[in-house]
Amino acid sequence: MTNENSGDVRLSGISKTYGSFTAVHPLDLTVPQGSFFALLGASGCGKTTTLRMIAGLEEPTSGVVSLGDQDVTNLPPYKRPVNTVFQSYALFPHLDIFENVAFGLRRRGIKSVKKQVEDMLDLVQLGEQARKKPHQLSGGQQQRVAVARALINHPKVLLLDEPLGALDLKLRRQMQLELKRIQTEVGITFIHVTHDQEEAMTMADTVAVMNAGRVEQLGAPADLYENPNTTFVANFLGTSNLIEAEVDSRSGDDIVLKAGGGKLVLPVARCSAPATTGGKVLVGVRPEKISLTHADDAGEIPAGRNRITGKIADSSFIGVSTQYVIDSAVCPEFEVYAQNIDRDSRLVPGADVVLHWSPAHTFGLDAAQDIDAGVETAEEEAA
Amino acid sequence: MAFVNWLKRHLVVIAGLVTLGYLLLPNIVVTVFSFNKPKGRFNYEWQQFSTDAWRDPCGVADMCGSLSLSLQIAVWATVGATVLGTMIAFALVRYRFRARGAVNSLIFLPMAMPEVVMAASLLTLFLNMGAQLGFWTILIAHIMFCLSFVVTAVKARVMSMDPRLEQAAQDLYAGPAQTFLRVTLPIAAPGIAAGALLAFALSFDDFIITNFNAGSTVTFPMFVWGSAQRGTPVQINVIGTAMFLVAVLFVLAGMVIGNRRNRQKA
Repeated sequence: MTNENSGDVRLSGISKTYGSFTAVHPLDLTVPQGSFFALLGASGCGKTTTLRMIAGLEEPTSGVVSLGDQDVTNLPPYKRPVNTVFQSYALFPHLDIFENVAFGLRRRGIKSVKKQVEDMLDLVQLGEQARKKPHQLSGGQQQRVAVARALINHPKVLLLDEPLGALDLKLRRQMQLELKRIQTEVGITFIHVTHDQEEAMTMADTVAVMNAGRVEQLGAPADLYENPNTTFVANFLGTSNLIEAEVDSRSGDDIVLKAGGGKLVLPVARCSAPATTGGKVLVGVRPEKISLTHADDAGEIPAGRNRITGKIADSSFIGVSTQYVIDSAVCPEFEVYAQNIDRDSRLVPGADVVLHWSPAHTFGLDAAQDIDAGVETAEEEAA
Repeated sequence: MAFVNWLKRHLVVIAGLVTLGYLLLPNIVVTVFSFNKPKGRFNYEWQQFSTDAWRDPCGVADMCGSLSLSLQIAVWATVGATVLGTMIAFALVRYRFRARGAVNSLIFLPMAMPEVVMAASLLTLFLNMGAQLGFWTILIAHIMFCLSFVVTAVKARVMSMDPRLEQAAQDLYAGPAQTFLRVTLPIAAPGIAAGALLAFALSFDDFIITNFNAGSTVTFPMFVWGSAQRGTPVQINVIGTAMFLVAVLFVLAGMVIGNRRNRQKA
């Protein structure tokens, strides 16, 4: 690698249409060299198509794909310095593990592959399995072979297409850490396509949330989670409580809002929508940011916190936390996750409660959007 | 009661053995009678044990010539039908073209049509074209009816192939030719081999179509038919038994190789 940017992936205005269906709208994206980048979205959002255009397996309808300084838009896949870990791995069934891993080296005319292949199999802890056929390995082992087969070629970019989708939950967690470790070790740019928001947030430095062929928002996982710009991101990435509110006034760095008779405070900096007095915004807060106090103790709540009153509609105990669904005037199904530190025995369905949270944890979104965008897709994917 | 229980426990095995016997009986008769020394011209009654026919398998005039002709036709028909059929199968599965649906159904016609009808129509065609009946007309006819079996066998295999395997090969620096040779062909191989074996067997023992289109050429099945009118030489049983043994040997060899491979894997 001659310069520092040789592993940058730059997509300039690439799009893909199939007949009248647009899979990917013109898209600009730069993935810096050495980063772990995730494309996150529900199925059919265009993330895999984007990945395949980088691999060369799909031809963009418009736009340019560059690797470092090289324009690779018109190169066939076998001439691109990019390798892919396919969904369900696509290991060659007629070749043993050793030959699967050696495949890329042999095609490039490298004769002495033994040492490299053995080192690579050791890296993924499969040295013992070299002479087995793919179908004799477990799902997790096959997944590691697929990674080894791609990595041995020292690609500038490794593309991962839902690589953990076929594994069970426990193995998936383990492989997430394993992949992260390998990425840190080899320092190659990883572009990871997934529909699992937890997976994207665990592994990636930068996440691009895609919806209907567009990137909705791009940023570090914590940033996306804390400061969603759209209702889709707010609902798809974790759970958000969204309340429709009217802008009442401005006071310094805060916006004061009216919602269901009460007042809520929102920092100007955390509002991505224009907030003119009398206009509408959507106020959002994450369920774990909210505290729950029984109505009898409402006086003990410190001043300056946003509060909403309601009635517990449902509660479910899940070990580390208890998840409550609160019925309130401003939002029919307000979700609250309370850590199980000191459980108040009065907090049972039917109890009157006050929900309160720090204004700093409030975010504001443009009210012109669909308030439920991303809710259904997130649920479908989880199912 | 004990007997009924015994029967219950072994019913599957008994049924299996009876079926196997039913299938093997004709072969056994053919084999036994290949050691017969018949009186007169017909080999239909057991007379006495003799290895005469086995020591002189080509002792009947023209028989070994027709056998060799049949083998040649079978080999070339297999090669022709396998190459064409494999290409057709790939085209039908992988590409979308205008006459795809029509070709897909046309390919099945030779399988569905009564052989006599096909044989007669072919003869009409050849005569109208002024073709000289013989080796080439037989070969063309055989390739034609073997094609549909090869296409069916290969198509099933190609359809079950994951297209991502070829994409993976391309992603790993294999150009189109390399991808085909290193990935596509080896994975499709069992289907192609099955198609080729079927084609060989069908071509070798075809009688009806061959008989119509052979002119004065005589293949082995035609020879057997012809001699059955005048008297059956024991050598026919010898060739039949030999073919049966060769087939059994092939199957056994295949099983041994497969077992050894499995043991290596484990």
